[in-house]
Amino acid sequence: MHDLVNAAWWPPVWALIKIIIVLIPLLLGVAYLTLAERKVIGYIQIRLGPNRVGFRGMLQPIADALKLLFKEVLIPSTANRFLFLAAPVLAFVPAMLVWAAVPFGPGVAISNMNAGLLYVLAIAGLGVYGIIIAGWASNSKYAFLGAMRAAAQLVAYEIAMGFALVGVLMLAQTLNLSKIVEAQAGGGFWSWYWLPLFPFFLVYFISGVAETNRAPFDVAEGESEIVAGFHVEYSGMGFALFFLAEYANMIFISILTTVLFLGGWYPPFNVAPFTWVPGLIWLLLKTAFLLYVFLWIRATFPRYRYDQIMRLGWKVFIPITIAWIVVVGIALETPLRAILR
Amino acid sequence: MANPVKRWFQSFFLLEMLRGMRLTGRYFFARKFTVQYPEETTPQSPRFRGLHALRRYENGEERCIACKLCEAVCPALAITIESEERSDGTRRTSRYDIDLSKCIFCGLCEESCPVDSIVESRVLSYHAETRSELLYDKIRLLGNGDRLEGELARDRQADSSYR
Repeated sequence: MHDLVNAAWWPPVWALIKIIIVLIPLLLGVAYLTLAERKVIGYIQIRLGPNRVGFRGMLQPIADALKLLFKEVLIPSTANRFLFLAAPVLAFVPAMLVWAAVPFGPGVAISNMNAGLLYVLAIAGLGVYGIIIAGWASNSKYAFLGAMRAAAQLVAYEIAMGFALVGVLMLAQTLNLSKIVEAQAGGGFWSWYWLPLFPFFLVYFISGVAETNRAPFDVAEGESEIVAGFHVEYSGMGFALFFLAEYANMIFISILTTVLFLGGWYPPFNVAPFTWVPGLIWLLLKTAFLLYVFLWIRATFPRYRYDQIMRLGWKVFIPITIAWIVVVGIALETPLRAILR
Repeated sequence: MANPVKRWFQSFFLLEMLRGMRLTGRYFFARKFTVQYPEETTPQSPRFRGLHALRRYENGEERCIACKLCEAVCPALAITIESEERSDGTRRTSRYDIDLSKCIFCGLCEESCPVDSIVESRVLSYHAETRSELLYDKIRLLGNGDRLEGELARDRQADSSYR
């Protein structure tokens, strides 16, 4: 065993194994998130949702994937061929890369890096390049408008998101995502950061909805205004990659909100029946709940008007986060420090 | 909502949003209204106006006397009738065509018929793959009548007290 671990080829192989262990369930999760979305939205609209393919529609994502796989990949004659084909990859790769830092248990991650939060913020910000390039390379006015909107929206919400994370850093005193969760250990759900950082929790989650271009912030797609926005010209697997990226980002935002604000793998009560459940299950349960909220929001609210999105980002979220950073900063200089930290 | 302070309070603390989400959240658990079509269907009235049929009397004689009232009343001009004297001296149709691609299923032909010959059945899921299959002639209409006679008679009986 010792020889095995010391062998030169072992670290990359072990990394590959870890990547497969994370990404295969993730892609399955993405597939079934699309089904869950259609089901949840259907239920909220008093319909049943897809229930024909397989038992209660359980094979619907497989059918959808097969359909997209066999569709022709169309490239518009006026498009920039290279960038047009590169854009879906540029959207998809960051959506997968961010998972390297996500902790699934104490220190359990593909890479338990110390700058995890910074890494996550940096890579998540890269995803929008895929969208911008897709919009530009398509050489279509709708795609271009969608890309412009995505870019402006990203700038507005990335800042509020970053400030919200500053609050977490002030309390946790670490960038390591695993240690941030461990800093929230203690009693139960009242010791998680969502309570002292409640405005950040809301701002972060809503910004997350905006970052993933989900309704009601889906102006980059805006079916009723600009057809399908940045991915109008894409078909087949190109479109599927954007789709996968969007849903993987949704899961990622949910799991990161869980890690940062909802105590990661800790049970809500530190007593017997709750502590029996493995930490990973708690993490996934909380993530699933936030994903449900994603879908719930989509089923409830109409799309924001574009200037209102900008107003919300710049004039509401950023002042709130700055004000609450000051509040947290002051609180940390008072005897409250002992409770907060 | 005229009070700006109250209004600000409501929107800043997401109270309106939460109220909206409470509503949709309740509907998530509501009973679903989906009718799963091939297995389930919605209830039909005996007055349902579907595929046309020409009926016969119990002795097998066709009811239609070629009065052409249906042809005259049809607002879509979907009915074409030609008539002639049959060997027994009665007036009968030699041609009775309904163009289902024109028909608007208003039911006026059925209402105008003095002998309950042309009727609209409950059949709604018929289909055609070519346009010409939607042109029903006398033979096909009588065939519909023969096939559906039991149901047609029952429905006319159920509705008779209102006519």
